[in-house]
This record gives sequence, structure tokens and C-alpha cells, in this order.
Amino acid sequence: MRLKTFPGGIHPHDEKHYSASAPISIMPTPPRVIVHLSQHIGAVSSPTVKVGDTVLKGQVVAEPAGFVSLVQHASISGKVTKIAKFLHPTGIMSMGVEITSDGQNLSVDMPDDPDFMSLDAAALKARVSAAGICGMGGAGFPTHVKLSPPEDKPIDTVILNGVECEPFLTSDYRLLVERADDILHGLRLIMKIVSAKKGFIGIEANKPDAIELLQKLTAKEKDLAVVPLKLQYPQGAEKQLIFAATGRKVPAGGLPMAVGVVVQNVATAVAIYEAVRYQKPLIERVISVTGSIVNKPMNLLAPIGTLYSDLLEHCGGVSAPIGKAISGGPMMGFALPALDAAMTKGSSGLVLFDEKAAKSMQEHTCLRCARCVDICPMNLMPSMIASAVKYKDLEMAVKAGLNDCIKCGSCAYVCPAQIRLVQWIDTGKIRYAEAMRNK
Amino acid sequence: MNIKDKLTVSAAPHVHDKTTVKNVMWNVVLALVPALIFATYYWGIRALLLSLTGAVTAVVCEALIQKLRKVPITVHDGSAFLTGLLLAFNIHAGAPIWLPVIGAAFAITVGKQVFGGLGNNPVNPALLGRVFLMASWPTQMTAGWVAVKDSAISGLNDLTRIATDLQSLSPKAYELVTSATPLKVAQTLRDSSFVADINAQAGGLNLSGRIFSSLTEMETLKSLFWGNIGGCIGEVSAFALLLGAAYLLYKNIIEWRIPLFYIGTVFVFSFLFGGIPGSEISMMLPFFHIFSGGLMLGAFFMATDYTTTPLTKKGRIIFGIGCGLLTIIIRLVGGYPEGVSYSILFMNVMTPLIDMLTRPKAFGRVKK
Repeated sequence: MRLKTFPGGIHPHDEKHYSASAPISIMPTPPRVIVHLSQHIGAVSSPTVKVGDTVLKGQVVAEPAGFVSLVQHASISGKVTKIAKFLHPTGIMSMGVEITSDGQNLSVDMPDDPDFMSLDAAALKARVSAAGICGMGGAGFPTHVKLSPPEDKPIDTVILNGVECEPFLTSDYRLLVERADDILHGLRLIMKIVSAKKGFIGIEANKPDAIELLQKLTAKEKDLAVVPLKLQYPQGAEKQLIFAATGRKVPAGGLPMAVGVVVQNVATAVAIYEAVRYQKPLIERVISVTGSIVNKPMNLLAPIGTLYSDLLEHCGGVSAPIGKAISGGPMMGFALPALDAAMTKGSSGLVLFDEKAAKSMQEHTCLRCARCVDICPMNLMPSMIASAVKYKDLEMAVKAGLNDCIKCGSCAYVCPAQIRLVQWIDTGKIRYAEAMRNK
Repeated sequence: MNIKDKLTVSAAPHVHDKTTVKNVMWNVVLALVPALIFATYYWGIRALLLSLTGAVTAVVCEALIQKLRKVPITVHDGSAFLTGLLLAFNIHAGAPIWLPVIGAAFAITVGKQVFGGLGNNPVNPALLGRVFLMASWPTQMTAGWVAVKDSAISGLNDLTRIATDLQSLSPKAYELVTSATPLKVAQTLRDSSFVADINAQAGGLNLSGRIFSSLTEMETLKSLFWGNIGGCIGEVSAFALLLGAAYLLYKNIIEWRIPLFYIGTVFVFSFLFGGIPGSEISMMLPFFHIFSGGLMLGAFFMATDYTTTPLTKKGRIIFGIGCGLLTIIIRLVGGYPEGVSYSILFMNVMTPLIDMLTRPKAFGRVKK
């Protein structure tokens, strides 16, 4: 099997064994959920309910505030008990709608439409838009926006991202092996919406059973192909995946549509399929709860807005004190200040570290060893950006690649001086944005 | 349960490949152990003593200065030990014991701590220490070289291959091949008045040509490879250095570009320009050049120093080629028989410029 990949990158231990073999199981309805109003890139959704309202599962609780925004739905049935700031998986406090369960789990009507494939592109897109779907790989870009490329940017290829290059996480993997048919339906629908001729599914070589299964299912479909990829982080980053699968380079500062490609995560493909066929809003997703100290690591299909503490409790808690709780994967995820954050549509994992693994190392002076430069998948000079930011030389930081950085964390991973390169670069990005505003 | 106080909040990434400055430095020291063993085997305990003196002096100096500067003492990271060891490796086994002491002290103070310590020095401290010693105590640095037991310093052990009775035929030529290093022999043979002299002494025999071609005979090359020659402590055995280099390459501690382009450049240019009049160019001449002198030590252990070499891949290629060209220029037309130290130091100084000129183009960015 010839494996494709991209230049640069690293090889962290994949640590997927904790939860890889746990089939997707259903999280029982939690006592309460918090539907965050900012689960996506774009304008914060505006609530359409008020405290005291009763809601059904699947009912709209917030509407989009503009085109690049998202509709939000209740993920359980019950009563709206609070609209306030709650802990967000990114570690900040952010507005959300708290729904306390009535224990009934009553749902809005979700009729099966077996003839869903015959709908036209506009109708399909309308259903996607109404379902409040955003990219479920982490970044959370509203899907209906991604599926509306301008006329002058024809799309010929759709790539499904089944890479899941973050260590520990296995939610996409479980979807690939358990819901391959739904994923392929989703792919077909996306291709139809953007009128693409070719569909790829990128999967890394550490999931051979998923590759084999999808290859079998697509064997007779000439316009679909599985792209087996060499194990390399950050293969799941959009630009890296596009290059690995098609050899096309997305121009700096540009979007995938500039090279005729749309990338969607496999979980998003499933959500699109369900949105189109059942008019089911995005109210639940698969999340991996994993780590060496989790008693029963699981892949849970949980209502959006479930508290991480409830997920962990369902997984039997932990066997040792928690040192760090990460929302997402350990390479790009956020370390939470507390476990009462509520999962969002982009929450693919909750990874728990013991106190030893949580220990942060002392930052040393840069040795100029160039490891970061050698592995940077964006071909930047991370150490130089970081030191330019440190010495407040924004011009130099930009020259060294500040604005091209995708914050994948590969540089900080390999740095022998333990320099927090991503943190410095992030600081630089914020300072640069400030400087641009003040101009 | 009050979990709030216990959770660590820090920026991603939350995992690390566990490489640290400390393990990089001590691994390089480990990679130099074969060379140290060979040197000790050849020259006895004195080589070991000189080497350790250099290393210990460097460590003590660094600790003292850091104490004076009121900064954390970081000698356990191994970088000072490595600098001292490399400095001593650039001294010959017959040198007085105070030589590595002064050299290592200079390397650490002026070469490293003056600029702020690890990561901030503009040039390789060990090499700076070496050229400081060369400039200040040239006699002690170059006289009194000790031959490896049962061998000539030049590696030309079987003189009958040159002439059956070289000593009576040409005393001057005899002195050369018994008391100079291989590179010094090669350099001297490029001096036309010397060549005329020994050839006249030998009654019109092409003695210079014979000596020169014996430099590239398999016997000599074997001596060079294993270390049956005179030389500085650490540079004597190409084999031992290659062993260490292979370890560092395998461990991903050094990168292949600089050594490959450095040695490759010397290889190519010594073949093109390394000959002398009156002697055929041997196909083996490049091997003579890459195995002699400090090239292996320099290319794998000095020119790969992180702090003083370019950050960019393209820059490292330029750095390697630059070192190679300068080395060959110094060896073939310069006043010194060997040019590795100066070449690397010169390219160290060029490093910021090289980095600036070879800044990589971001993935997906087109040239403006």
C-alpha cells in the first residue's frame, strides 16, 4: 500500500489504545445540559428562548446572528433554567442556555425521508443550514458557509477527513468502522451540494481496519476513493490533508476552495446525512473520554452541552488524581480549569492526565537547534517568530511566518528547550491583530 | 470535591517528545567516547587526562561565572563539559597540561558566557579556544607531537615503499615523512623549492612524487582511517568519529546536511585541485583529504553545533559547502596545513546572514 503524506510533521505516540476498541455507546440523558451560543467560528447565536420556557429535544433555542453563524438546538427536553456565562471548553466563560432535563427525553418530529438523495442542492443545503452543523473536527466553521463557495471558485473534489491525527482521540475512528455507510451517504450529499466530481476519504495507516472497510465499500464507486495516509501529525490539518490527498497547495491566507477542494470531517459527514435524511439537528456527537487514569475509557454518543464531569462520571471516574483535563486532543486541545465545562459541537474528546503527565517543564533559552524549523508543516521558523514576539518585533515575526502558523504545536512538541512556542506565537497573533486594529 | 485547585492549565501542546537540552548534550559527549577510547589506547592515559582536564575546567569555569552573574548554575546540562572536551580534543597528546586548562577557560568565558551563555554565543566556543591557543602558544600547540606507538606521525610507516634507503638518500625528505602529520607532508610537497631540494638530494629521482603517491596508498589510508597517525587527541581515528556520528544521526541529534555537504565539498575539490606537479592524481586522493586532519571531528561535531549554525535547511547546505571550500582553500593554498577550525569559525560568523537570505517560503506562499 502506497501511503501519501505531507512535508514536515512529527510522530507523537498515538495513545489510541485506551479507547480504540470501545464501541460507540449512548450517554444516558444527563440532568442538565448547557447549549453554548458560541460553538463555532462566526457571530454568537442569539437566544430565542427565555428562562422558564419548556423545550423539546431538537427545538431551536438560538438563531444565527448573520450568515457566518449557527442555529442552536436543545439537545434534551426540559426547562430553560438559566441563560448566562458558563465555562466553555476553550477555558473561557461564554454565554450559554442551561436546560434542566424533565427526564422525558421528548423530541421534535424527525421524519425519515428515504428519498433524500433526489433533493436538489439548494434543498440539501437548506436542511444542513437548519440543522446547525459546524465542522466537528475542532475549528467549528459553519458547514453551510463552507458548502457555499462563490461562483468563481468551482469545487471538483471533496475530501472527508478521517485522519484523527491527535493522539488519544478515537471518536472519528469509531464512526469510520461503525457508521461507514452513513459517512459515505454524507460524502455523496456534500459532493452533490458543491457539485464535485471526486470524493476522497483520508485515513491514516494506524486504522487499517477502517481503510479496508471503506475501500471495500467504495470498490465499485469510480468517483470515490480511500486515501491511505502515512502516520504523521498534523495530517488532519486542512492544508496538509489536501496536499497529501491531491498534491494541491492551498495558497497562504487562502481557503481550500482556492484549489477546488472542500474538506469535511467524517463526523460532520454523518451529521449532514442525518440532517438531510431525518431533518435531525446537530444535537449529539461522539466524544472520546480517555486517558490512562480513566477507569472505563469510552466513545460516547452524548447530547451537545453535556458537562464533562457527567461524561467522566459515566466512564467510572478516574483511578488517580487528575492533573490536567484536556478538551480535545493533547496537541491542540485546551486545558480546562474545571470539569464543569459543557461539550460543544466541536468537542471530540476529553483527555485526562495524571499529575505526573500534567507537570509542565521549565522553559530554557533557545539553542537554535532548528528542530522546529525542520518539522514545521507550514515551513516556517517557529523559534524566530517566538523570539521576535518576545522582543516585540512584530515585523520580524510576520517575516518568520506569524500569520501562516496553524498552531498545530509540532514545534513545541520537539523543542528540547521546552519553549512554549505556540503560546508565544499566539501572543504574537493577538498583538498583531491589535496593531492592525489601531492602524 | 474541590478539583478546581488541582488542575494544571497551560497552553497546548500538552505532550512533548521528552528531548531535553541535557540529553542532547550528554548524548554528544557519549558519541565522543569512542574517539576518547581510541586516543587513550594510542597515547595512553595522558590523552584521557588532557581531555578530562579540559572538560572539568570548562565545567568549573561555567559554574563560577554563573555564580558571579547570579544566574542559575546549569552545568549539569552538559554543554560546558562538551565544550571543554572538544577543546581538549583539538590539542595533541604531547601538550602540557595547562594548555587545555587555559583553552577551556577562554572558551567558556570569552567564547560563551560573555555573550550570555548557552544559545547566545556567535561562534563555536571550543574552536575559539583552540585558535586562541594557536595564536598565543603556537609552539606548544604544534611542537612535541607524539606518534602513535609503532607508527610514524605521518602514517607513512613503510618507508621502503618510497625508497629503500630514504634516510641516506634525502635527509630532508626523511625528516618530513617521519616528523610531520599527513597534511603537513601534503602541504610541504606543494612547496616547489622544497620539492626541488629533495629531488636534487636524491639525485634527480622523483622523490616528491613518490612520497605524494604513498600518501594515497591503501596502507596509509588505513592508518588514517583507524588512527595510526599523529594528530590531535580527538581527531585521530576517523573510524571512532564515524561511529559516534552514526549514533548522533540515528538519534536525530545532528542533521545530515552540514556534514554531508562539508565532507562532500572537500571530497570533490581535493580531487580536482589536490594534486601536485610531477605526480599523477590518484583516485584515492579525496579519501586522503577527508580522513586526515580534523575534518571528521569538525564536520560531525563542530560544524553541527546548534547555536552557531544556520536554522534553515538551505542555509545548512550553504554552510557545509562554505566550510568545505574554505577548508580546501586553506589546505591547498593557505599557510596552514589544516583549515577546519578557521573554516567553521568563519562560517559561524556568516550564519546570521545565511539565515536571513534563506528564510523559507511558507507552505502555499508564492514568491513575491
